[in-house]
Amino acid sequence: MTRFALSATLVALMSTAAVAEDVAPSDVAYDDYGAIAQSLTGVAGDPAEGLRVMETRSAGNCVACHQVSVSTAAFQGNVGPSLDGVADRWDVDQLRGLVANAKMVFPDTVMPSFYRVSGYIRPGDAFTGKAAGELSPLLTAQQIEDVVAYLQTLSE
Amino acid sequence: MRKVLQRTVAAMALGSIASIAMAQDDGADLVINGEIEITVRAPAPAHMSDTGIDTILSGWVFRSDETRQLEMDDFDNPAFLAVDRGIEAWNTVEGTEGKSCATCHGDVEESMAGVRAVYPRWNEEAGEVRTLAGQINDCRTNQMGADAYAYDKSDMTAMEALISVQSRGMPVNVAIEGPVAETWAQGQELYYTRFGQLELSCANCHEQNYGNYIRADHLSQGQINGFPTYRLKNAGLVQTHNRFRGCIRDTRAETFAVGSPEFVALELYVASRGNGLSVEGPSVRP
Ligand code: HEC
Ligand code: HEC
Repeated sequence: MTRFALSATLVALMSTAAVAEDVAPSDVAYDDYGAIAQSLTGVAGDPAEGLRVMETRSAGNCVACHQVSVSTAAFQGNVGPSLDGVADRWDVDQLRGLVANAKMVFPDTVMPSFYRVSGYIRPGDAFTGKAAGELSPLLTAQQIEDVVAYLQTLSE
Repeated sequence: MRKVLQRTVAAMALGSIASIAMAQDDGADLVINGEIEITVRAPAPAHMSDTGIDTILSGWVFRSDETRQLEMDDFDNPAFLAVDRGIEAWNTVEGTEGKSCATCHGDVEESMAGVRAVYPRWNEEAGEVRTLAGQINDCRTNQMGADAYAYDKSDMTAMEALISVQSRGMPVNVAIEGPVAETWAQGQELYYTRFGQLELSCANCHEQNYGNYIRADHLSQGQINGFPTYRLKNAGLVQTHNRFRGCIRDTRAETFAVGSPEFVALELYVASRGNGLSVEGPSVRP
């Protein structure tokens, strides 16, 4: 009972904080080339946390498709290009756009949109196979910023 | 339009993908029990001419030596315990009519030779496309007066395994024209639909990216000539629709039900992409 009340308060606190600062998925402003000029949170990204998100199956799991040489994650995939040197190819705004919704840059790409909640066919409730209620983006706004901060370190 | 675009993209990517896939096809041949020659690579059927795939490959080609080996001798293939259970069920009288499968069909080795190779197929009397599982259940309910098997549970996969074995080595040859044409087209549509929050179609993984790795998974062409497959991970036989459901679930989508009209259509279409490979079931997969 106390525990429930406590966590409800926490959730309430967290969501107020989120509403106050984060740009919601549907409010993100992309330019004509799919880049996002504005930080989604106003809080600087943490590259170490970004790498963790990229390597973690239950988070971004970017290494499922991309190889990152400095990462020690096991079984890095090759469905997408290697991300080595990616910061030399794209600036920060472009990287933010690519992670949030790569389809703005590559319309037919197999890369999922990590910060988008609508326009899906038969969206499911995570990996249950059941119909989804309201969708959360695959990554939070801060996780996007963290990943972008890490990608900026990948120059050759 | 969207489909055309996707295919064009797939065709453009083909150069590099095909060479990667080829580099990973070491050319090994599958001969079971030292005598049944299995066609694991074949020219793609004509209907696949705009997919960018010119050689169709059994999932066996993509597996490790250890897994491959388990399929080369029926004594090593764990699915054969289920085949034995299938033989028992074949001869067991069940239901209100006092019949077994054998009552109507006699010797399974004779009557079922070639059957797996042409399923799913049109059933004229019922006016519908029928999967092998659908036909097994139709026999049970309408001929034997017995309960239907659960579509993807072990009684069904054992019977499917028994029937598949009788066609091992024969070329898959499902019809795609005539009365099945509409269902086939529906299956094709589903194959290219990008389901779920990850927005991935069957084609994204099994047509555009076979030969590549998603994390530890070595992507095959997603062929079903080896079904039912014994999955070492599940320590049991996996039904075709069960595999479809798992793949769709992994796209963070709401799946379809096993035995649903959608999966029947998808099975017909996917089976037809294997026309020319050998029936290989029950196969072994990781
Ligand atoms: C299912 C596969 C898949 C996943 C998962 C995936 N990507 Fe990608 N990504 C691709 C593909 C494929 C491309 C190449 C674009 C194209 O042509 O489709 C790409 C392109 C990119 C690019 C541009 C690379 C370049 O060199 O131009 C970046 C940056 C990127 N991805 C980052 C990420 C990050 C960060 C994540 C995880 C949060 C991620 N990707 C997850 C498949 C994936
Ligand atoms: C996110 C990627 C992905 C998508 C999308 C996907 N699959 Fe798969 N599929 C896999 C992986 C990984 C495996 C296991 C390795 C393999 O055989 O390719 C697999 C295996 C299979 C197999 C077993 C092949 C064998 O030899 O045993 C079949 C059949 C199959 N998929 C069909 C489908 C169909 C049909 C769809 C669309 C409804 C689909 N897949 C969508 C990733 C995917």
